[in-house]
Order: sequence, then C-alpha cells, then structure tokens
Amino acid sequence: MNATTFPGHAEATDGGYLVEGGRTLWSWLTTHDHKRIAVLYTIAITLFFFLGGAAATLMRLTLVHPDGRLMSAENYNKTFTFHGVVMVWFFLIPSIPSTMGNFLVPLMIGARDVAFPRLNLFSWYLYMIGGLFTVAALLLGGVDTGWTFYTPFSTMFSNSNVILVVVGVFVTGFSTILTGMNLIVTTHMMRAPGMYWYRLPLFVWAMYATSVVMMLATPVLAMTLSLIGLERLAGVGIFDPALGGDPILFQHFFWFYSHPAVYIMILPAMGVVSELICNGVRGKIFGYKFMAWSLFAIAFIGFLVWGHHMFVAGQSMYASIVFSILSFAVAVPSAIKVFNWLATLHKGSIVFHAPMIYTLGFIGLFTLGGMTGLFLAAVALDVNLTDTYFVVAHFHYIMVGGSVMAYLGGIHYWWPKATGRLYSEGVAKIAAWMMFVGFNLTFFPQYVLGYEGMPRRYHQYLPRYQDLNILSSLGAAILAVSYLMPLFYLGYSLFRGKPAHANPWRATGLEWTTSSPPPEHNFHETPVVTTGPYEYRD
Amino acid sequence: MNATLPEAAVQQQFDDASQQKEAAMLGMWAFIATEVLFFGVLFAAYVVCRWRFPLAFVEGSAHTDFAMGTAETAILLTSGCLAAIALRQIQLDCARQSAILLMITSALGVAFLVLHGMEYHDEFEEGLIPGIRYTQTGPDARGVELFFSLYYVITGFHSLHVLIGVVLLLVMAIRTWRGTFSSAYYTPIEITGLYWSLVDIVWIFVYPAIYLVGSAG
Repeated sequence: MNATTFPGHAEATDGGYLVEGGRTLWSWLTTHDHKRIAVLYTIAITLFFFLGGAAATLMRLTLVHPDGRLMSAENYNKTFTFHGVVMVWFFLIPSIPSTMGNFLVPLMIGARDVAFPRLNLFSWYLYMIGGLFTVAALLLGGVDTGWTFYTPFSTMFSNSNVILVVVGVFVTGFSTILTGMNLIVTTHMMRAPGMYWYRLPLFVWAMYATSVVMMLATPVLAMTLSLIGLERLAGVGIFDPALGGDPILFQHFFWFYSHPAVYIMILPAMGVVSELICNGVRGKIFGYKFMAWSLFAIAFIGFLVWGHHMFVAGQSMYASIVFSILSFAVAVPSAIKVFNWLATLHKGSIVFHAPMIYTLGFIGLFTLGGMTGLFLAAVALDVNLTDTYFVVAHFHYIMVGGSVMAYLGGIHYWWPKATGRLYSEGVAKIAAWMMFVGFNLTFFPQYVLGYEGMPRRYHQYLPRYQDLNILSSLGAAILAVSYLMPLFYLGYSLFRGKPAHANPWRATGLEWTTSSPPPEHNFHETPVVTTGPYEYRD
Repeated sequence: MNATLPEAAVQQQFDDASQQKEAAMLGMWAFIATEVLFFGVLFAAYVVCRWRFPLAFVEGSAHTDFAMGTAETAILLTSGCLAAIALRQIQLDCARQSAILLMITSALGVAFLVLHGMEYHDEFEEGLIPGIRYTQTGPDARGVELFFSLYYVITGFHSLHVLIGVVLLLVMAIRTWRGTFSSAYYTPIEITGLYWSLVDIVWIFVYPAIYLVGSAG
C-alpha cells in the first residue's frame, strides 16, 4: 500500500475509529486497531483499579479502630496482598503504557498503527488471562504473602493460593514485555517523514525509556516467580534454606525487577505531565534534551539501586553503602525534571484547566514522595523506618500522588481525542482538587505515623496512633469520591457530551491534527513534520 | 501471499517491505534481549549456589552424562549451521533446498529433545531428581541436590525453547516448501533463524556450566 493513499477512507465519519471497523462486540474483541486496543485496556484497567480500591477501602475501614475488630489478621493480610498485586501489576504497570501509550504513540509519531498490531491484541488477552487467575485466587480464598512474595514464607509456609497468583502475574508480565517491544519498534521504525528523534514529544521519549525497562526487568520477575512456583510444586530448592538455597537471593531477584518496575510506573507519568504542562502554560518545555535524556538516566540508574530495599535483610554493609549512594544518584535526573517543569511554568500564563490541576498536583506530590525517598536511601535512617508507615506513605506519594494523578490528567486531556466528546470542565476541576486534598489527608498522616514507629501490614495498632489513622481513613473517603466522580461525568460525556473538534485544547502535536475521534488508520495523509513538539504560538 | 510480489505481503501499517522487515528484525532482537535476562536469572542463581557449594557442584556435574551432553551440543550447533545455510539458500531462491535444510534443522531439534529425555530417564533411575526421586547420600548430598535443581530448571526451560523452535522451524519448512518465500521475501525464516541462534547460544553457556565442571575437577 502506498504511503499517502487510503482507499475506502477518504472521509472519516463522525464516529471515527469507534465505528469504522465494526460496531459489534466481536469487532472490538478481534480488532487490530491500536486505539481500540487502548480502549479495551482502559476498560479492563478501570475495573481492576476499583477492585484494588475496594481492598484499600476495607483496610482503611479496619484501621479506624486500633483493635482491628473488622477483620482478622489473616483476612487483613489477604486484603493488602490483593490490593498490592492488583494495583501494581493490573493497574499501575499497564496504566499509562497500555492505554495512552498504545493510543498516542502511533498518533504522535504520525504512524497508522503500532508495528505489530496482532501482538498488541495478544498482549491484551494475556493481561486478561493473568487478571482472571488473580481474581480466581481471590475467589478461592486469597493470598497472604504480600505482593512481594518473600521466601521462605511464600514457598514453604503459606497455605494460600500462591501458585494461582504467581501464574497470573507471570502471564501478565509477558503482556508487559510484548507491549514494551511493540512500542520500541514502533518508535524506531514508524515515525513520519521529518519526525526526527529530537522532534518527538516527550511522552514518546518517556514511553521508549519505559519500554526498555519493561523489556529488561520483567523477564527477571517472570523467571523468579517461576522458581517460586517450581519450589512449591516440585521442591526445587534454590530459595529454600533447608535445601541449601538462599532466600535472600529471592529478594535480590525480586527487587532487581521491582525497583525498575517503580520506574515503569513513574516514567510514563513524567511523559504525560510534560505534555500537559506545555499546554497549560502554552509554551515550550524548558530544557527539552535534558528532559529526554534524564528519562534514560533514571531508567539506567534505576537498574542499579535494588539493594536499598534490603538494608535490613542481612546484606553486606559495603553493598548497602554502594546501593545508598546510587539511590541518591537517581535523585539527580529526577530533580532535573522537577526544576525544568518549574522553569517551564516560570513567566508562563498558566491555564488552570483540569489536566493542568492534575499536573501541578503531580509535581508537588512527586517532589514530596521523591524527597522522602532520599530519607529512605540513607542507610542509618532507613534501618529505623523500614516496614513502617513512612515507607507506605513514600511510595503512595510516588505511585498514587504521582502516577495516578498523571494518569487521570492524561485521561482528561486526551478524552476529547479518544471519544470525540467534551467533558464538563467545572466538575472535573472539583474532582481534581478533591483528589489532591483527599490524597494528602490520607497519606500525609502516614508519614507521621511511620516516623513515630507504627509498623505496616498489621490490622491492630497501639491506641496512641488512632487519631492520625482516623484522619487517614477520612482522607481515603474523600479520595474514593474523587475517583468515583470521573466515572459519572466522563460516562455522561461519552453519551451526552458536546462533540469535540480536532483540537479543543489548541494544542500542538500530531494527534491533534487528525479528527476527534481519529479515523481507523489515524491520518488521511501521512503527515510531514517540520517543527519541534511544543511550538505554541499564542 | 504471492512470493513474486513482496508488496502484497506488506501489512497496512508499514510503508514498504523494507520497513516491515526492519521492524520485524528489531522486534526479534528486542525479544532476544528479554530472553537473555530471562535465562540470566538462572545463571545468576547458578553462580551464587556454586559459590556456596563449590565441591558439591563438581560432584553433581560428575553425575551428569558427559558423552550425552557433548552429543547434544554437537547436534544443536550443527542444526544452527544448517539454519544459517537454509537462510542463504532462500536468499539464492533455492526454496526446495532451503525447505529441506529447515526440516533437517527441526529434526535435529527433535533429536536433541529425545537425547535429553533419555538423560532425564537415566537420572530418574539413578535417583538424581530432587523432589521426585532423590536417593543420593554423603557429605555433599544437599549441595548436589541444589545442583540438580538448577540443572532441571535450566535444561527444562531451555528444552521448552527448543520445542518452540522445533515447531517454528517445521512451520517455516512447510511454508518454504509451498513457495511462500523467495529471495524477495524471507523475513520469517530469518527471524526463526535468529531465535534458533538464541537457543544455541544459551546452550553454549549451559554445556560448560553443567557438564564440563565435573570433568575439570
């Protein structure tokens, strides 16, 4: 087929890709269109987000009272395990890459689709199969190991459905790997004429850096979880001290994946925020090349810091010192990003639309989460704070305050593009503010609780911690409302929203040059790129 | 698909055949990087365990069938060579020869799996399979057991990859025989060959780590 002609797609209909290619459920379940696959992911991910959220709600309800009367210790263990497994592997890791990454990368680089559309659909099915295993494990009684599956508890002592969950995460891991591979090849091979690397939107750079981490870290998790399964089923003793194996080796392997996995969650969020902030200040990003390469610096150094999860695990002191220094080093490229976002805001005429409120919320919460990460990177302080609520607060500031804020910001920003409908900006702003307030009310008290010594992962606690726990649970209630609100006003917009034209945000970028929603193969003519990504002219 | 018209085989998302080919090749290389990390975990575990039990690993290795392992190595490397020649033949438009070579490559893969199965059988008889039938005693018995745990996981995952390769090669042989490929379009053969090389290279590291350690000690 020639590059510029599309027989049969001379004019997009109003529904764009949403109706072209079929209106039946079957046409959606067998689609190769990256935009439809992104929609499939969004629906599934939203479902898992509310499943994980329900588990969090149960935990916060239990923790209102110090005697843990609402849930037994065992059920509490299963609840936080389910919350962790679902939120990490079925929401956070695929959240931005599989939805916005899938939807936007081909549009942003001027391609008709991703490089391997069938593989793309296959990854969605892998994700769903993995999810089914995990939900099955819940229905059959749950798992009590924590999302970290630490040995020897997970291999020798736990009587719960470890195998089912491990298989679920293993299968979903391959969905992540294939998505990463698809995005890397797409970015390399499918760019439109004139779309040089330094003209790529930072979101594409972020997706590329994320994909590299996905491809190199996830196989390590896959093999490690296989070894857990084999240890439970066949008595393979690599992590079993009774057989001469080494349980600490499991922690090394697990965190070799799971620390980079944190960057799988935050790098895409940084990409989204870079797009949104340029629209919000209607100007160029400050220090484009630094923004692009700092993503890779974070991805690279992120592979070398896993030992900071193991300061109290009996690791050599000298190893801990090296891991500590390297962990501080990650702060440098992260700080470059924060300072460049601030410099982008400097002297800009800032538009406070809902995506921008999420963006500014991201920057503040990410900074706070990152700064407390430095506390935890310091060996002496970390020994004191390990397994307290301080750690819980720290990573929720990054993952919820950072990634989820950016995810919701992105969903709002590209909503008119994906659906062809406008949403109600006023109520969206209220939800964004509520999320910021609710989030801080939920998790800031947990910093204090952790600093005062309240340990994580218990359903009971000392009565003197009750006040702050009640505050945290109240915040969680506000947070829950702010998460539920978009379901309603975005759902309303889907059916009754005003039609959006091609570029409702007056934004730059190729995705805004095609109609909303885009036609099946994105562009009627392959675009030719002549400028950088953020040429705002007003 | 018509082999004489490579443009017909270009999927809609690509501009031309060369873009499609480069994309497929890059995808395969990226996948190989993933596989390296996948097996990397097992080699890292091997290093850690051997460092803990150096003598037991030598003893465990002495229990493996050196002759069989060497024969498997020879078979796999020969098959790798034949896969490379098969690619060359299709580039020269000798589709029939290419198909036969691919078929032989696949058969050698099967031979490798059969030999491995025989090895597993012998080890079962000797009581060397941890968790299923392990009857070794002596001061290093536990370390030897760990060695055999690793041996089964490493060779098991490798054999799984061989099995996938055998199926892929078979499909390629049939498609080549039917005339799907020509010097104008042979990307799937090249990609299958790349995958088969990965299977070879992993084995090149497995062979000394499992079979040669015992003879050296």
